Amino acid sequence: MIASYFVIIPLLSGFVLAMSGKRNKFAELVALITTSLLLFLSVLLFPLINASGTIFYQLSGWKVPYTISLVVDNLSAFVLFLVSLVAFFSTLYSIGYMRRFSSLSNYYGLLMLLIAGLNGVTITGDLFNLFVFMEVSLIATYALVAFQGEAEHYEAAFKYAILGSISSTLILFGIGCVYSATSSLTLMQISIKSAETPVLYLAYGFFLTGFGLKASMFPFHSWLPDAHPSAPSPVSAMLSGVLIKVLGAYAMIRVFFMVFQKSSLVLETLLVFGAITMVVGAIMAFGQNDIKRMLGFSSVSQMGYIIFALGLGTPLGILGAIYHMLNHAVLKGTLFLDAGAIEMSEGTRDLEKMTGKSDQTVYVSTLMASMGISGVPPFGGFFSKLVIIMAAIYSGKYIYALIALAVSVITLTYYLKMLKKAFPSTGDAKIPSSMKSVLIIMSLLTLITAILFIPSIREVTLDKVVDCVTNREVYSQLFMAGGN
Amino acid sequence: MGLYLLSFILFLVGLYGVLTKANIVKIILGSGIMGYAVNLFLILIAYRSGGTFPILLPGKDPGLMVDPLPQALVLTSIVIELGTTALLVALAVNIHKHYGTLNVRKVRRLKG
Repeated sequence: MIASYFVIIPLLSGFVLAMSGKRNKFAELVALITTSLLLFLSVLLFPLINASGTIFYQLSGWKVPYTISLVVDNLSAFVLFLVSLVAFFSTLYSIGYMRRFSSLSNYYGLLMLLIAGLNGVTITGDLFNLFVFMEVSLIATYALVAFQGEAEHYEAAFKYAILGSISSTLILFGIGCVYSATSSLTLMQISIKSAETPVLYLAYGFFLTGFGLKASMFPFHSWLPDAHPSAPSPVSAMLSGVLIKVLGAYAMIRVFFMVFQKSSLVLETLLVFGAITMVVGAIMAFGQNDIKRMLGFSSVSQMGYIIFALGLGTPLGILGAIYHMLNHAVLKGTLFLDAGAIEMSEGTRDLEKMTGKSDQTVYVSTLMASMGISGVPPFGGFFSKLVIIMAAIYSGKYIYALIALAVSVITLTYYLKMLKKAFPSTGDAKIPSSMKSVLIIMSLLTLITAILFIPSIREVTLDKVVDCVTNREVYSQLFMAGGN
Repeated sequence: MGLYLLSFILFLVGLYGVLTKANIVKIILGSGIMGYAVNLFLILIAYRSGGTFPILLPGKDPGLMVDPLPQALVLTSIVIELGTTALLVALAVNIHKHYGTLNVRKVRRLKG
């Protein structure tokens, strides 16, 4: 039952917010209560799964395969926690940041819709339902990207919406192929049946293109640096922090590792294109002067790391991908929130025009997050990159390991450039205390994620998620236990 | 095999429209055609030759029926496409308001 609350709560609160008219304080309160409730529930999931195994809920009293099922295993719980964490901090930050806009209830309503869609994608056990929730979150995203209402925001939103609808159509085509080959849409049942059917290369192609577009894999990366910076900063943090990971990386893990048979062709493609994405994103980020656009390209580059680590296909590679998902969500969330604070105090996003008005809190948290994302030791980002590079070396891909290392150095270079230009002197521009507290907590989180690397803690957290991904039988057994 | 190929060709017609046309309205129509191609594909994979409508009537042998599930999927996907298309048109109206043109080659304030 707890599984369905993850969709019901944000959907209900989105509805209430859309109805609430111009009551701004009320909208902020509802959004904050909703996201904190979701964060609490998602933390609650871990002991629940530990105690009684995977949570399996079948809608409307029917049994699988005749109904939609909600499945919360360790992977889902981990991604749900990620979404709830970034969503909570984005909402808290929005209170200080979004005051200058009108129609706040619409903004929070769309944000709740986005969260409902992301949670739905994460917990669903049905292929078509995954598509529906994906569309729910995407439609909310298109509107949020255009929310600030200036010419280039509409342009970015249109570009994003067109590419998004191409990728959604491709995924639906793939779902049709899978249904006609296996006569099932329940993910667990497909996982059993795909062992007997011939390899579904056509569906693989559709899903790889569709999810690759959503994960901003090269050659489909060009929408991201337009769309993510155009959204208001807290939304950018949501988009770069969790949306591309849930719709791109999580969906790929679920579909290619847990549902379909492992195909070396898919892994090879992920490996090569992940590496190219990594390099292209880093090189493009280097030449940017717009601070948020640079962060957008940096997201492309870091998604490259995740896709590349998935392409290695070994348990260590999957560990690296999942760990980097967590780190990148926290780090890029922090950086986009920092960018919002910088933009607020400077009045511009252009690095060349900045005079260093931002205060010390923003400086320190930007410094910490930049160091983290370029992989400087005490931060979480270092350890996840270390795992990825080690995984590449253990599976004999020395050249790729070298590329990953080089990209990490380029990352450090362009973040140092940003720090130097944005903070020539520490000014004392005031930012609201709610924003300040979020920045402090988020920058502490960039350090805290590092403790997950300690083996005894890793065993009870990340290793369980990796077990969940590599152990296909457990996933398909759910179908036998729950259905028929 | 034929239906896969034909639906995919229709899909490519839509994709061609999206990728090559300069007019925003034509791009939106192209994305609509892609949607229709997939809906058609879903309906066609459900078809059984000689099958009847999938409704159980009392006292009648059901016999061969077409598969009702993809039909339900298509209804859902039509609703989703309606939402997406409405949003695209709204964005197009706003682009026209701000740029004074519907030609995407002239809507180029973002670059890099």
